[in-house]
Amino acid sequence: MHIVETANLTKRFGDLTAVDAFTLDVDVGETFGLLGPNGAGKTTVIKMLTTLLPPTAGKARIAGFDIERRPNDVRRSIGYVPQILSADGTLTGYENLLVFARLYDLPPKERAPRIEEALQVMGLTDAKDRLVRTYSGGMIRRLEIAQSMIHRPRLLFLDEPTVGLDPLARNAVWDYIRRLRTEYGMTILLTTHYMEEAETLCERVAIMHLGKLSALGTPKDLERAVAEETGSNGITLNEVFAHYTGGELDSGGNYRDTSRVRRTARRLG
Amino acid sequence: MTRPGYAEPHVDLGDTEPVGFAGRLVAVPRYLRSYAAKSWALVAMEAQKLRHDPTELLTRMVQPALWLVVFGEVFTQARVIDTGPYPYIAFITPGILAQSVLFVAIFYGIAAIWERDLGILHKFMATPTPRTALVLGKALSAGLRGLSQVILVYALAVALGVGLNWNPLALLGVLAVVLLGAALFATLSLIIASLVKTRERFMGIGQLLTMPLFFASNAIYPIAIMPPWLQAIAVGNPMTYMVDAARSLMLPGYAGLYGLPIDFAVLLGFVAVLLLIGGRCYEGLVR
Repeated sequence: MHIVETANLTKRFGDLTAVDAFTLDVDVGETFGLLGPNGAGKTTVIKMLTTLLPPTAGKARIAGFDIERRPNDVRRSIGYVPQILSADGTLTGYENLLVFARLYDLPPKERAPRIEEALQVMGLTDAKDRLVRTYSGGMIRRLEIAQSMIHRPRLLFLDEPTVGLDPLARNAVWDYIRRLRTEYGMTILLTTHYMEEAETLCERVAIMHLGKLSALGTPKDLERAVAEETGSNGITLNEVFAHYTGGELDSGGNYRDTSRVRRTARRLG
Repeated sequence: MTRPGYAEPHVDLGDTEPVGFAGRLVAVPRYLRSYAAKSWALVAMEAQKLRHDPTELLTRMVQPALWLVVFGEVFTQARVIDTGPYPYIAFITPGILAQSVLFVAIFYGIAAIWERDLGILHKFMATPTPRTALVLGKALSAGLRGLSQVILVYALAVALGVGLNWNPLALLGVLAVVLLGAALFATLSLIIASLVKTRERFMGIGQLLTMPLFFASNAIYPIAIMPPWLQAIAVGNPMTYMVDAARSLMLPGYAGLYGLPIDFAVLLGFVAVLLLIGGRCYEGLVR
């Protein structure tokens, strides 16, 4: 069964086609990676699937609900952790979770136990009463994930979950992401441009380039396919990425993206 | 450790399509309760923020204090503005209360742009929350900040010897006026923020907006002494109705320009219309 189904999903901003007839299915329970260079359209896809941005053309369904006709049912079924910093530094960890417990309609009696559980699952119980601006980057990311799973969504969107984190914090976040899958059976759709992240976490990956889907499969399958095509051995996912995105590892992006990524990195670091 | 999985019964909160008349009958109150709880969530969040760091409330107190103690006292001595049987300082006390609420609320759009520059707003928008409930939550949060100005202005007025109406109903009325006024200007500010989208542009427009709202109103002089063209603007300015209501409720025996029912109706009307527009515009901030 598919929890995400898109058919020719398209988004145009004026002359620019950010997402071009994007068709993809994600299975229930899998951890799926959306890869691509900056400006490939990953975040635009996520924004459409999370109902923040209406598509120009095409269709998408989340957990069986059409994103345009049943946005509230979609929103109830998903959790979303944006790439940019989304926890409020002027509140404590607990208070950050309480707002979302209310916005997700948890009954008053269930709020406290759910918040405690989310804190525990993300390893933040001891820090719950501290202001978030005193948290480390890894702790902030875990809190943001906790905020997005408080209503136990079936599907979690993680947009660049470890951008700006040092390797240790990154490993810790990976462990917590795995727990969401094993303990809650959540489907996870993440975007990343770290190939190592895709390789460790994702069963299947899709590579996007200039708004289009350019490759889809398990990391192993893609490596094999590129090895056959190019006739070379020992292809890594990095090379797969370069192969399907025209080798431009550093293409795309603009001043606004760059300043945003840097700012996020600075805040998290 | 076993935890319950995701396969929980779907809770119908009224925004899924209700079935038949009976379905609607159950769905509507449920929807309203959920709507109120969500707006309240944002107000509670604001209260927690203010509790952690009340410095902004303190710095907000400087400006109204200056207006009353310096401007008010000087013009009371000068006796150049005809304010009927009330000393000038009494006349402008409600005006300065309204002004300080305006200043607190009109920069709410900056906070919204800040929350957008972070991803906080994106995450709010991805929850099943009606957009107008988010805007109402922000509007009432501004109201909460506005209420702190009431305490300050009353304290200053007492210190300056202004005779105030202490009838509990009148005091409640003042709180209501402040809440409505703050909600009105905060929502207006959110709409502008949604249109201009960047802090730099907003700062310019915020300044540009505040001055006419303040000076083209009856806050610090009666409408009667204005030139006709300015009077015409003042009559369409919601600030005028906020000040008129505050003045009628704060000064003993003051007969308002329009009467409280009209003042409140105008303020409520503005808030309702702006909320509807705001609900539409707010989403644009995250696109």
